[in-house]
Amino acid sequence: MDAQTIRSLVAIFLAAILTENYVLNKFLGICPFLGVSKKLDTAFGMSCAVTVVMVIATAVTWPIYTYILAPNGLEYLQTLVFILVIAALVQLLETALKKYMPPLYNSLGIYLPLITTNCAVLGVTMLVLEKGAADPSFGYLQSLVNAFGSGIGFLVAMLLFAGVRERLEDCDIPATFQGLPITLVAASLVAVSFLGFNGVVDRLAG
Amino acid sequence: MDILTPIIIVGAIGLLAGVVLAVASIVMAVPKDEKAEALEAVLPGANCGACGYSGCPGYAAAMAKGEAAPGLCSPGGAAVAAQCGEILGSGAVEMTRKAAMVHCMGSGDNTQEKMVYDGLASCSAAVQLAGGASSCRFGCLGLGDCAAACDYGAVEVCNGVALVDPEKCVACGKCVSACPKGLIHLAPVKPRAVVRCSSCDKGKATMQSCKVGCIGCMKCQKACEFGAVTVKNGLAAVDPEKCTGCGKCAEACPRHIITME
Repeated sequence: MDAQTIRSLVAIFLAAILTENYVLNKFLGICPFLGVSKKLDTAFGMSCAVTVVMVIATAVTWPIYTYILAPNGLEYLQTLVFILVIAALVQLLETALKKYMPPLYNSLGIYLPLITTNCAVLGVTMLVLEKGAADPSFGYLQSLVNAFGSGIGFLVAMLLFAGVRERLEDCDIPATFQGLPITLVAASLVAVSFLGFNGVVDRLAG
Repeated sequence: MDILTPIIIVGAIGLLAGVVLAVASIVMAVPKDEKAEALEAVLPGANCGACGYSGCPGYAAAMAKGEAAPGLCSPGGAAVAAQCGEILGSGAVEMTRKAAMVHCMGSGDNTQEKMVYDGLASCSAAVQLAGGASSCRFGCLGLGDCAAACDYGAVEVCNGVALVDPEKCVACGKCVSACPKGLIHLAPVKPRAVVRCSSCDKGKATMQSCKVGCIGCMKCQKACEFGAVTVKNGLAAVDPEKCTGCGKCAEACPRHIITME
């Protein structure tokens, strides 16, 4: 692997975390972002599970699309097939973890099944294909790096927001804003602050 | 014929996924502990954590392994303890019911406000401002974090001090952890003496801050024939295990802070 490839992989990884953050830039996976970000440790567990599932899902759906769906002209079936495959994968992962890594299974336990229908996971698997169609050099390896970066980006967003929310708990919030309203306001502010990363990665790696 | 290709492909993927999952569930099956499952079904399922485990499944698993004794489940009480004992084959289990007790009588009549507190109506917030508004630095703030934490409506704030109804209390321990002053403790429900004070201040300071607070005069310790009362750091404490409920310490107390339950 030459230096040029490594450099482009690093750029893809950083872009997936900062400028193309799935939660804060593409607004996918908002449900767990709002639902499981009340505490730092649960947010961390959820994000780790999402990262693992994103990478594995991409690793499986990319070949399915490229070697089975696309040659037969069945691109329109990708949503259906991907959801099927992701759901089966998560189930398989859960069974395997239960058997071989019970401590990890216990810490992720509740979050794994939740991820089955997480749109961020489906989003990653579909958007890497879009990128691949636009840029032929964006192949299997790049897709995997992008998926891993997206998972880490999800983790960063969750941890940042969990920190913000833990502080919100101690604030004297007006009654009208208590609960979900102030959470959404806080989420939008975090998302706006993430816009500041636009262009940073291109300059770093370009 | 065009419609056949997608049907076959999606069907094949679905079938493959199904077969893989079916095989995986057999190959990687985890032997489930039947005892643990039966125990879990008996437990209330409140996941309150009063037993000291992460939740009902955790407690059931520990019991099945023999690591935990049946009868630790306070919400379930004697009935659940007996059922657990039956499943484990250890026979009937004796279980003393526990209830929470607020170790403070710093009501509006007995303590003063050292300032006018106008912040959030929550003990955990109030305690951050000079330890709260009560004249006693150990005393109940009366803002009711414990009452808010209670799922069973057993805790009430009356005249500025929290009070637990032992009939309604299931000893889940939520109020114990909610109290920023650490005034609430769980103890067996039986006839016994309770020192309703947590002040470790010296006698003179306690007298100034509260009309009834324990001054550490040792009279109760001398009055007790069973060695159940000890005074430490200027505060009397009754050991519920040793206490017979004779009431001599309560009679001896010049501050009337020891009550009989």
